[in-house]
Amino acid sequence: MTVGETEAMDGVAARLERDAAAAIRAAETTEALADAVTAVLGKRSALARAHRDLAGLDPNARREAGRMLHDARQRLEELVAARREELAASERRAMLEGDRLDLTEVTTVASPIARGHLHLVDQTQRALEDVFVAMGFTVAEGPESETDWYNFEALNIPPAHPARSMWDTFYLDLGQPETVVLRTHTSPVQVHLMEEQAPPIHAVMPGRCYRHETPDARHLATFHQLEGLVVDKGITFADLAGTLETFTNAYFGADIHTRLRPAYFPFTEPSAEVEITCTICLGAGCRTCSNTGWVELAGCGMVDPAVFEAVGIDPTEWTGFAFGFGIDRCAQMRHGIADLRVLDENELRFLRQF
Amino acid sequence: MRVPLSWLRDFAPFDQDPTALVATLDDLGLVVEGVERVGEGLEDVVVARVDDIAAIAGADRIRLVTVDAGDGPLEVVCGAWNFAAGDLVPLAPVGSTLPGGMQIGRRKMKGATSNGMLCSGRELALSDDHEGILVMTEVEGAAPGLPLTEALGIQRDVVFDVTVEGNRPDAWCMAGVARDLAGRLRLPFTLPDPAPPPSLGRPVASLATLVVEAADLCPRMVVRVIEGVSVGPSPRWMARRLLMAGMRPINVVVDVSNYVMLELGQPNHPYDLDRLPGAGLLVRRAGPGERLVTLDGVERVLGTPGRGLGDTGEDCLICDAEGAPVGIGGIMGGERPEIGASTTRVLLEAAYFTPMAIARTSKRLGLRTEASARFERGCDPWGVDRAVARFCELLDAPVADGSLDVRGEVPHPLRVNVPVPRIEALLGVAIDADEAASHLEPLGFGCEREGQVLVVTVPTNRPDVRPEPRGVADVIEEIARTYGYARIPRRTPAWPEPGGLTARQKARRFTADVLAGLGALEAWTPSMIDDDDHRRMGLEGPAVTVANPIAKEQAWLRRSMLPGLVRALAHNANRRQGAIRLFEIGTVFSHPSEAGRTARGGTGGGATALLPGERELLSAVFAEEGDDARTVVAAWLAISEALRLEPVELVADDGVPGLHPSRTARLAVGGGPIGVLGEVDPSVAASFGVEGTRVGWMELDLGLVLDPTVAVRRSEQAQPVSRYPSADVDLAFAVPDAVAAGRVGRALTEAGGDLLESATLFDVYRGPGVPGGVRSLAFRLRYCALDRTLTDEEVGTLRQAAIDAAAGVGAVLR
Repeated sequence: MTVGETEAMDGVAARLERDAAAAIRAAETTEALADAVTAVLGKRSALARAHRDLAGLDPNARREAGRMLHDARQRLEELVAARREELAASERRAMLEGDRLDLTEVTTVASPIARGHLHLVDQTQRALEDVFVAMGFTVAEGPESETDWYNFEALNIPPAHPARSMWDTFYLDLGQPETVVLRTHTSPVQVHLMEEQAPPIHAVMPGRCYRHETPDARHLATFHQLEGLVVDKGITFADLAGTLETFTNAYFGADIHTRLRPAYFPFTEPSAEVEITCTICLGAGCRTCSNTGWVELAGCGMVDPAVFEAVGIDPTEWTGFAFGFGIDRCAQMRHGIADLRVLDENELRFLRQF
Repeated sequence: MRVPLSWLRDFAPFDQDPTALVATLDDLGLVVEGVERVGEGLEDVVVARVDDIAAIAGADRIRLVTVDAGDGPLEVVCGAWNFAAGDLVPLAPVGSTLPGGMQIGRRKMKGATSNGMLCSGRELALSDDHEGILVMTEVEGAAPGLPLTEALGIQRDVVFDVTVEGNRPDAWCMAGVARDLAGRLRLPFTLPDPAPPPSLGRPVASLATLVVEAADLCPRMVVRVIEGVSVGPSPRWMARRLLMAGMRPINVVVDVSNYVMLELGQPNHPYDLDRLPGAGLLVRRAGPGERLVTLDGVERVLGTPGRGLGDTGEDCLICDAEGAPVGIGGIMGGERPEIGASTTRVLLEAAYFTPMAIARTSKRLGLRTEASARFERGCDPWGVDRAVARFCELLDAPVADGSLDVRGEVPHPLRVNVPVPRIEALLGVAIDADEAASHLEPLGFGCEREGQVLVVTVPTNRPDVRPEPRGVADVIEEIARTYGYARIPRRTPAWPEPGGLTARQKARRFTADVLAGLGALEAWTPSMIDDDDHRRMGLEGPAVTVANPIAKEQAWLRRSMLPGLVRALAHNANRRQGAIRLFEIGTVFSHPSEAGRTARGGTGGGATALLPGERELLSAVFAEEGDDARTVVAAWLAISEALRLEPVELVADDGVPGLHPSRTARLAVGGGPIGVLGEVDPSVAASFGVEGTRVGWMELDLGLVLDPTVAVRRSEQAQPVSRYPSADVDLAFAVPDAVAAGRVGRALTEAGGDLLESATLFDVYRGPGVPGGVRSLAFRLRYCALDRTLTDEEVGTLRQAAIDAAAGVGAVLR
């Protein structure tokens, strides 16, 4: 190769590189870039041809020209890489912009995935059960229609006894009048449990109950109760008082306490009314608690010997306590429900609050 | 019961602040529901004389009254009409403030100026009377200008509204409340010890007779005769106490009777002896259907059992000596021999009636009185004497010597042996015999120590204490009550047995969670519904009826939750709460003639009674946009998957009441259905108020679905997952409409054996290329082996087996 040829080669390489670089820079998309790369760097490109043409040159010139072409190719490849990155970045920007979504456009109404809701009473029942389960209680259940024996007599409430007026009863038209009832409390489950299972017994018994009352803001004719029964050796009134305090702290909160007042229930002796710190004023006194700082929650007591006799448990060997309270009332207290009657209206706007 | 503090002080020196007394009463179980301070705010009220009453022009309800309160005429506008010129009335002058906080100012009404206000009993907080002005013309010593408090002898007082528990008849009187309170406060307690009344000088037997034929209903009756009575108003102090206790003074005889009952808890009945034929009383059972008009003017039919459980139909009648009824014993008197203005000779009767007898009669007649409420809880059979003596003392008129006293089997004091360690065993706090006695004795219990046993004599005014062995708990309750529940320590017990939910309870919660996860809201619909709702959904047969429903629409126990849930949909739709999904877990009841239970019955001593059958169901309505039977099946599959159930066969059923005949299937497991899936029949839905939308329906019998012995669950053991590639075979079959897709799927699954990983129906096609009455079902069969890659030949063999199996159920390869 002559000096002239070398110079000529020099110019060719520069031209090729210039044209190729222009083509690369001109590519506006990654696809166009790929085409440009094929055109300016591929097997059929002018650059490749120039490479192939080196074969006709003398060794010195070939080496020199080859180096020039090689350097040009290397620079071009770097350019391609840079351009590719640039295009990819801008294409990603464009793609992201195109995908832009206002997530607040999604509402539960239009959504194909909407969670439903458990009824507040069910949620409350579960929460109560869970507290007692953690304290070592099992959960027992029983029927909603009962004979007079289970609802009253075995609980030391004989027929025609004035104490019956404590429970306004729905009677069913089956058998002799007033012999089959809708249970007025969950206490019959106690009787079933003690008839069927030998002590020790540590159970809570939630369920639906019925009383012949005109519904008002604090009472429903159909309502839910949770009964507790412990029959074991060495169980005392102190255990009852402690269990209720522990439960109250766990369910209502550490600043809600219990106090017990003497009361009368035919199936317990001694009996007590359980009051808890008013959940509205935390004991300071308000309208809800008639300025006493306390509200009624439950009835409780030591299982009456007559009940043990009815179910064949020896009261000299075993002692026990029982308590019962309204699940709906707990929900009312905890969630500040002014009128209990919203609970069975099945109105969407209420149900979905919880 | 309204309890004036001043009355309590008759029995013990209660000097405590009323607030402290309230706390003590509460702690004794004598819960104070309210506290009323009387006599406050009356300082400025004076007695005024009415001098003139004039009409006000243009006003027909108010009048202009001129009164004189000692310092000249004063004009007052008044809306009451129960007084006349010359009457004495209370005047609240301008500037005074009444007990309720009402401030009296000078007011103009209809052009007239009122310089103060004439007051009713209620406005003065002296009684509940708001019918008219408190007229005081008859009040002894009242004169214009005299302060009202002075004229009425009013002292400041506090009235507690005490609730007495049903087992404490002893506390249902002033003396009883005072006894409990004094016992706790360690104050000396004394009962009135009436002085002997002036003697008439003739024996009672010469004036009256008493025969008790029904001694089982009336185990004790005492009669005395008082003569020379003049029936006028009672002394002011007594009238005042009665008013504070919530009773209206009537005349001295009736007032004394009421006073004695309120003070000592013993109801008693004075008769006009001269209006009592035969001059005596006969106590007997009412004959069947016997009638009597009671004081309230109602004719009562007696002597016949009612519907009430345990009602023997026995009623105790008090009759005159000739046998004509004059009252229902222990409940209410008749109209005839009542005390009137002309009465001068009084026959006083006080009795002890058998509590259960009174309870039965009172309940059947729906007649509850101050007397019956006390007798049915149990009065003190030996407290009668003190009450009678107190009556005579208070009436203060000559009394015939002695009393007629007829006794049957009268309860006597019980002796209960209380083992001292038993106290700690029941209460959890050690109380020794001496301390226990110190709590019991002030309440009238006798205590003797015999080693480790406290021998307790129970006074007859405490019928709540039963004989041994039950009575031991009753005595210990009294110890605890006086000791103070608040002083008993608190201990949280622990035991080795673990707590927890049963498998079924957990599965039920999980099922509800899955449904809620699928967008359903849990509802609570009525258990008592209208039988018309059953018929509306085509449910024939009997429902259990409620004997005493609150309303006719709630007189039957529900046999299905469909009416309740569909109505709940309509309720929400009517309130524009849109299309929703609801579910409920609850009980449905069947009539025992179809499916019932038996259980130990009442009163029969071991007899069994027939009860309604009960089933726990999960029912759901799916009525969101686009919901139909398909959504329900998908929801079921999600539940089924969550519960790990083995596949349950769906069998089309066009005969389920209330459901869409061509879009309903039973969930069939071995013995029978465990549930139903489909849609509510559109005409049934419309009849409950839901129209223009499909309502998907799911009903699961949870007793069966959650029972793993019925609805079998997949093994809990982990199944290995193949590391080798799987092979898919897609097959489309022409299947007649009569053949369920599920049947084809099962055939393919069975043919695939262990090598089949899944058989999925991925396309259903009807239209050109497929004849009428037939559809194309396309399945994707995925095969895989645990230990190798399946060869083409193996897959080919499996494919042919699948085609053959499908052909076996009528599916032809397309």
